[in-house]
This record gives sequence, structure tokens and C-alpha cells, in this order.
Amino acid sequence: MTELSWIEGAITAARPQAMAALVRYFRDVDAAEEAFQDACLRALKAWPKNGPPRDPAAWLILVGRNAAIDAIRKTSRNTALPPEHLLSDLEDAEVEAAERLDSAHYRDDVLRLLFICCHPDLPATQQIALALRIVSGLSVREIARAFVVSEAAMEQRITRAKARIGGGDAPFEAPGPVERAERFGAVAAMIYLVFNEGYSASGKAVEARGALCDEAIRLARLLLRLFPAEPEMMGLTALLLLQHARSDARFADDGAAILLEDQDRSLWNRRMIDEGLALIDKAMLKRAPGPYQVQAAIAALHARATRAQDTDWSGIDQLYATLEIMQPSPVVTLNRAVAVAKVP
Amino acid sequence: MLYAILCYNQEDVVCAWSKEEDEAVMQKLGVVQQRLTQEGRLGPVARLMPTTAATTLRKDREPPLVLDGPFAETKEQLLGFYVVDCESLDGALQVAKDLGKANPGGSYEIRPIAMFQPGPAGA
Repeated sequence: MTELSWIEGAITAARPQAMAALVRYFRDVDAAEEAFQDACLRALKAWPKNGPPRDPAAWLILVGRNAAIDAIRKTSRNTALPPEHLLSDLEDAEVEAAERLDSAHYRDDVLRLLFICCHPDLPATQQIALALRIVSGLSVREIARAFVVSEAAMEQRITRAKARIGGGDAPFEAPGPVERAERFGAVAAMIYLVFNEGYSASGKAVEARGALCDEAIRLARLLLRLFPAEPEMMGLTALLLLQHARSDARFADDGAAILLEDQDRSLWNRRMIDEGLALIDKAMLKRAPGPYQVQAAIAALHARATRAQDTDWSGIDQLYATLEIMQPSPVVTLNRAVAVAKVP
Repeated sequence: MLYAILCYNQEDVVCAWSKEEDEAVMQKLGVVQQRLTQEGRLGPVARLMPTTAATTLRKDREPPLVLDGPFAETKEQLLGFYVVDCESLDGALQVAKDLGKANPGGSYEIRPIAMFQPGPAGA
């Protein structure tokens, strides 16, 4: 991998945390995006020369913030900050900033940023588009491609969504436990929507929208890293991994969908399955079941069956019965009926 | 002497690699590993799952406490390790440098092994 692609990777990975902190600082998504863009441009100049910083997210936050303040000072004709080459050695400032931005802060910042995208006034498609643009940093072109709409239409959709959330009631104070749990639920649902948007693609759209599945898994992992003891987050991450593991087996060469029981299981991604199984195993130890864990447990029973006829259908029936109680819906009842019919 | 080469890198960066980038790195690492295998110097190699799959058992109390996540919250996480037979630290450093060329970013901790039991599992 070239140095440049390492830098790109580091920026992509740092983006959610850096954007989250900048949004808290500026209390404005557009200002934060501008500051982040600015910081990225400076990173592309400074990092190849000075080497990558120890904490890319802290570097981007600090430089983004300074650049924005600098711009404000310039326009108000006050004294400007020292020029960039004097600022290039950020080592001390960076360490200090990193310590200030302890992980507890990061956690709520990232959760808030995702939560802002889940504004209840926004239709689901706009929530997803906004999260992909703001949190994941996908370009409007990439998002438009995933939704199979024109770039102009997507640009407009995102602008409209931003205007809607810019209304000012975005919650910037630190959340209490109840609020945190609420945000958590909304954000988990949104991540699942991002995944489904990719997973439900068929035909030619599979390739373009498949990226959404990867992005959803990345967001789920990010949240799980920030909240490592949350069983439903383990369940959601496991569910996404176990479903995505089948992607290479889901479609025939002519694009026709292949049913689960007819899929060539050797095409399933072993690494994703193993990680999914490890996560659901860990979640179950908590003895605090929830809908994502139950769905992941169902996917796990499918993943564990080496052949379709080895599937533990009575186990799946029981899990659907649990899900029917937690989250009653006609789809769940239907799925359960299918499982019951298969029980020998 | 056997050395463990412990691989530390930023997990979120590695997780952000595309499938193609990941495969490219693994392929380059494979070339170095193959050379070491031919020289009869390569022991077990492991790539660890993300730290989100980790569980920590704290034994400083009774009953021991089971915690989610890795033991240490660090900027760079332990993501894998190699066991390599080298004449000297210099040789081990050379191996680490070769691996580092194939997989940039992060750090390798080179740690001499005091006791080694390959064991039958996973072989």
C-alpha cells in the first residue's frame, strides 16, 4: 500500500470521531464539515512530510478547529494565528488535545453525530443519506449511485435534510442514561437501515449498493468499540456480519436470487461468520436478550449448518417465538411458520 | 532463539481497508512468510479478530470479573503475532522490517520467547 493510501485510510477511519467533535464544537454540521475538509487538505500536505501523527483524529480536530478560528479572525481583520509551517509540529498540542478528548467524550460525540442524522422528522432514506455523507464521508456521487438517483437529486436531498436538522434542536448537552439508551436505539435502527439498503439490492445495483453493507458494518463496529458492553450492539454487529457473509452466494451469474437453502455454502465468508459467531456468543453471556441478538442467533443457526438439511429448525422456531413476543410483526410470524414447517 | 513479533496497529484504520487493500497487504505479507517458511524459521502466525470480539477476565478479585473489550485501551491495538526463529535481535528486527514494508503503519513489538509449546491445536 502506498503512503498516500495509508493517509486516506487514516482519514477515513478518523472521520466519524473528528466530525463528531467538530460538530460539538461548532454546533453546526456545515461549519464542522468545512473545518474537517480544511484539516484533511492540511493533513495531505503535512503528513507525508512530517510522518503520520500518533492520533490522526486528534490532529484533524485540532487543526480543523484552528483553521476555522483562523478564518474567522482573518475576516474580522484581527491578528491571524501563526502560519501553518510554524504550526506543523503539533506533537505537544496534539497529545494534550488527545488527553482532553478522552474516550468518554468521544463516545457521546460520535453517538450524538449519528443521532443527529436520525432526526424523527427525516424520512428513512434521508437519514441514511445524511449519515453516509456526514459520518461515513461518502461522496454525494457515491451515495447517489447507491440509491440509483442522479447526483443532483441526491445533492438536493442531502441539502434539504441538513436544513431540516439545522433547525436548532440538536441535543448538544451530555445525555443522561435514559437519553443515551434512546439515542442508542435510534442509531442502531438507522445502521440496520443502511445495511438493508445495501442488502436488498438486486441485479445491477448489487455492486453499487453492496458498499452500504460494508459501511453499516463499519459503523456498527465503531459503536461497539465505543460501547463494548452493550449486548444489543454485539447482536446488531453479529447480525450484519452473518448476513453479509452470504453475499457471494446470494445471486446466480444471471443475477437471479438464490434461496438460502440452495446457496453454495462454500462461498460464505468464513471470517465474517466466525466473527459474527464470536460476537453473538459473547452477547448471550450477558443474559439480556433483545431483538438484534435474537435475529443474530437465528442467522447463527443458519451459519452453523454445513448443509441446508443440517439446519436446527426447532431452534430457529423457538427463536422466532421469542422474537414474536419482543417485536410482533406479520413478517416474524410468517418466518416462524416457515421454520415450523421444516421441523422434522 | 525464538522471537514473538507482536503486531500493533490502529484497528479502525485496518477495518477501513477495502477488501482489495486487505488482500493486497495479506498477499505481500505472504511473500515474506513464504521465504521464512522455506528457511524453516517461521512458527505460528495469527491474525486476531477485532478487539470488539475480545473479553477480559480480571483475576484480581474473587470471583474474577468478566469485562468486554481488550485488556488495555490503547491507541494501537494488538492485532496479531508471528513466532520467528532468529539468530539475534538484529535478525528479528530485519524480519520485522520486511513485514513492515508489506504492511505499513503501526508498530511491531519484538519480544524474545522464554518458553514455547506449539501444542497440537489448530495445527
